[in-house]
Amino acid sequence: MKYDSKWIHQRLDDMADDLRTLLGERERNNIKLVGIHSGGVWLAAELCSRLGDPELGTLDISFYRDDFTKRGINPKVKPTDMDFEVEGQHLILIDDVLMSGRTVRAAMNELFDFGRPASITLVVLFDVGQRELPVSPDICGETLALGPLERVELHGPAPLTAEILRVD
Amino acid sequence: MIATPPSASLQLTDDGKLKHFLSVEHCSRSLLEDILNTAAGFVEVGDRAIKKVPLLRGKTVVNLFFEASTRTRTTFELAAKRLSADVLNIDIAKSATSKGETLMDMLWNLEAMSSDMFVVRHSDSGAPSFIAEHVTPNVAVINAGDGRHAHPTQAMLDMYTIRHYKGRFEGLKVAIIGDIVHSRVARSQIHALNILGAEEVRVIGPRTLLPVDIESLGVSVYSDLAQGLKDVDVVIALRLQKERMDSALLPSEKEFFRLYGLNNDRLRPAKPDAIVMHPGPINRGVEIASEVADGPRSVILHQVTFGIAVRMAVMSMCIAGQDAGAGR
Repeated sequence: MKYDSKWIHQRLDDMADDLRTLLGERERNNIKLVGIHSGGVWLAAELCSRLGDPELGTLDISFYRDDFTKRGINPKVKPTDMDFEVEGQHLILIDDVLMSGRTVRAAMNELFDFGRPASITLVVLFDVGQRELPVSPDICGETLALGPLERVELHGPAPLTAEILRVD
Repeated sequence: MIATPPSASLQLTDDGKLKHFLSVEHCSRSLLEDILNTAAGFVEVGDRAIKKVPLLRGKTVVNLFFEASTRTRTTFELAAKRLSADVLNIDIAKSATSKGETLMDMLWNLEAMSSDMFVVRHSDSGAPSFIAEHVTPNVAVINAGDGRHAHPTQAMLDMYTIRHYKGRFEGLKVAIIGDIVHSRVARSQIHALNILGAEEVRVIGPRTLLPVDIESLGVSVYSDLAQGLKDVDVVIALRLQKERMDSALLPSEKEFFRLYGLNNDRLRPAKPDAIVMHPGPINRGVEIASEVADGPRSVILHQVTFGIAVRMAVMSMCIAGQDAGAGR
């Protein structure tokens, strides 16, 4: 199964609309976007232009993973770039795929090392279930039911495409 | 004691991951590049308001310094603390070894306290390797300088600094000046530069301060400073240890400065954008003039900053390698 660029951009338009509605209901107007490397950063850049270019930060959660001693450090780790105040801000955390919830937990731990945000809203393109932690997205582009040997992967940054792969 | 060269197998896991860091010799280019790339991620942590990540939370790092070194120990301590490890500093001169406890007895006692890593500085070449061979599995050993043998984390922070300013190693000419024969730093730098693909490594100094077989390490040898510095991209001045003067290897500090001391005028043959490095602590007016040490080409203090990130990278890679090997 493949998702082409047109499909993903359509989802991004919908997600931006949903997010605007949600932020309106919650009366949060001054937001900052934070993408999680790598897929979340690509999506955050796309959402940024759809939301009137708010400030954009990037997180690499390698140093906060709970499976570090099993997997070691990824030497392709990219520097976290949070060039704005986190304290008291409304943050929109963006990732490509939500599965176990461990990446989101690690990302929130890292964000709190920069300050105490007023709120964090979670936006993901794909929610594939299989949660191991009590995490749920506020905005989700597409919910997928994957088989036990399937996973979904986002390719980018341009063109943005995705596919469901079999892992053996 | 014990001058066994650390074998590649001692410091690597079966699948080639770092589990001790004893020497850059025998390391692959890709492993050294992994260290530099991992360190790049840690540099940013040092700029944060809260300069800490939770990677080594619950791990205990023991700084075992058999030889005094305030700065190296401090940067290792800071690196471990920024990784959230607990740190113990053991001042050996004052410890029980001076009461007759053997080295191994002391190590076993420290292991019994569930230490996860020993950072070892020793005046005998090979001491960290000896300790690595004899520690319990799952305890990592990092060489923080042993005798005349190696100082691998210093060499890697120098490599990080060079890559930061020059962006690459290909095509670079690097000159190392001064007391090469007594310098574990120089030896590790030469190995690292050759592994990483520098075009030419030069050593410059009086013959009495160059090892007889130095060419076999893959360097060009110069005794004339001006010739040696011609068109180089990187200039590394080494610390001249004052005790060398007493052993009649050099007539005097003044004489050394006259022939090999770096000042702005002497730097002229180097490329206009050449950077000047020094592993510290510097002897102003002996191997380097203040106008150079504090001048625009000097990156000496940046070396110190990058050193913390490089040590964070090596420490976390070794702990991960140990844990992977143990299947925990």
